[in-house]
Amino acid sequence: MTTADPQQLVILSGKGGTGKTSVAAALAHLAAQTLPLVIADADVDASNLDLVLEPQRLETHDFASGLVAEIDPAACIACGECEAACYFDAIVPGEIYRVDPIACEGCAACRYRCPVEAIRTYEPQVGQWFLSDTAYGPLYHAHLFAGAENSGKLVTLVKQQARLRALDDNRPLILVDGPPGIGCPVISAASGATLALLVVEPTLAGVHDLQRIFAVTRHFGVPAMVLVNKADLSAARTAEITAFCRAESVPLAPSLPYDTIVTEAMVRGLPVTAYAARASVSQALQETWALLKAHLAL
Amino acid sequence: MKLVVASGKGGTGKTTVAVNLMLTVASLPAQDRPAELIFLDCDVEEPNAHLFLNPELTDETTVGLRMPQVDVARCTGCGRCAEVCAFHAIAVINKKVLIFPELCHGCGSCTYNCPEGAIHEVLRPTGTISWGTVTTDGATVRFGQGLLNVSEAMATPIIRTLKQQLTATDPAAALEILDAPPGNACPVVETLRGADFALLVTEPTPFGLHDLRVAVDVTRKELGLPVGVVINRDGVGDEGVTRFCAEAGVPILLRIPQDRRVATAYAEGIPMVTAFPAYREAFRALYARLREEVSA
Repeated sequence: MTTADPQQLVILSGKGGTGKTSVAAALAHLAAQTLPLVIADADVDASNLDLVLEPQRLETHDFASGLVAEIDPAACIACGECEAACYFDAIVPGEIYRVDPIACEGCAACRYRCPVEAIRTYEPQVGQWFLSDTAYGPLYHAHLFAGAENSGKLVTLVKQQARLRALDDNRPLILVDGPPGIGCPVISAASGATLALLVVEPTLAGVHDLQRIFAVTRHFGVPAMVLVNKADLSAARTAEITAFCRAESVPLAPSLPYDTIVTEAMVRGLPVTAYAARASVSQALQETWALLKAHLAL
Repeated sequence: MKLVVASGKGGTGKTTVAVNLMLTVASLPAQDRPAELIFLDCDVEEPNAHLFLNPELTDETTVGLRMPQVDVARCTGCGRCAEVCAFHAIAVINKKVLIFPELCHGCGSCTYNCPEGAIHEVLRPTGTISWGTVTTDGATVRFGQGLLNVSEAMATPIIRTLKQQLTATDPAAALEILDAPPGNACPVVETLRGADFALLVTEPTPFGLHDLRVAVDVTRKELGLPVGVVINRDGVGDEGVTRFCAEAGVPILLRIPQDRRVATAYAEGIPMVTAFPAYREAFRALYARLREEVSA
């Protein structure tokens, strides 16, 4: 890595709804006060970051990916070969056969098997990606159409665009708001990251899910830091998370208290640190940013 | 009734609603209770329902993708397998076949198209499904869950296998509750396939509203399912979700008030109807509404 390579901070959580986006918005606001950054929303099937960054959309691009099979009803002889070929349950039998485009994986196994060449495949448009301007820096974000596949590829594209922009403008930080879970889009969001900030809540489910997302970041060699949100909800679970972090030598950011001001800020469409700078949750976020800045050598 | 509890946004309370509804229905007198109760945790990336239902898991099986394996003695290096692979998971270099397991979707196209019959399929494990029972209030709930292995990307095949493993003997007389993963992408759609009703859990905030709109698009428009909404943490945020539901004609079937005691019980893994039995009445009413909506 050269010194010009931007640092990539990704916010992840495993469990959904722990506060990733609220934390990401606050960090964007705080980071922008000291350095130029690029922001990327990698939660492409439930993207929310733009709701609290007041973006001005500059560019919209179509995103086409994958393949979907289609049977020509005039040519189909209803032999059933396509159904036998399909491992994904995507062929609907009948007087003529048809493809369930949502179940279709785009593998074309049916096309190869069809004896009368009645099946074609096409590349559907499955989403859009955007460049917007915000008060904190350029925002790259996307929208995956309802129920579409290939969210991982769209995440990769959004991140690539953000990275090119950071290199072009010499911006030292890319802040990535990640999706929940541990699967395909999370792996794309975490790939190449300098540091993953894992936002967890002190609940039985939160502790369980932290262990899985941490295993993913470790598997891919991404260093992690843990931030406990709503820490006062359960002192016992917070202690459990602290013990886990100590055992795994993972640094802990200052915990955030449970505070409805975070929701209030969201309703106003602002990062909580911009809406209520003196609230204790905002102060903890300022300390967190200082810690992250040191970890990222910014 | 096959009911999928989904949400779009994560952490809105899918598992809370799914678990508490099942516990409430299980506690009904035998004559008011469906003949068969099935609970499937389809959030195979981060399954949590077991933490609240404490099932006794008696069976487990490995799930994976059918990966090609090349018999080098038969392979002529013709490259047909690489040509037909829609996922670029095969490359043929210097007449040698290279397979990239993490890109393979296990579709079988290469096996079928190999002119030498040199490819056969072996299972590459990507996760597990496990199942057993939950005994509560004298009723037995058949419980199943899937678990995606760490570092694996594809959740959908595990969900598909889980749904095939635990099916109702008589679907009309059963209540099947499927707890979906968050989001609106392929794992959610796989969970929703074949459902009778989609129950969307949201919170009354701008984030909740944004993701609810997409979830209604997926379930009602794309999949043609009847939908209803549960508003969790009612009282926080704003009126956006209520307004949207009225405009879109989506019924609000239950409102769960913001209650810090419920959040504290949740943190310890205690379902709200167990910690505060008064909530059972609300979930009984939800079940009655769902039956009306599905039969309508």
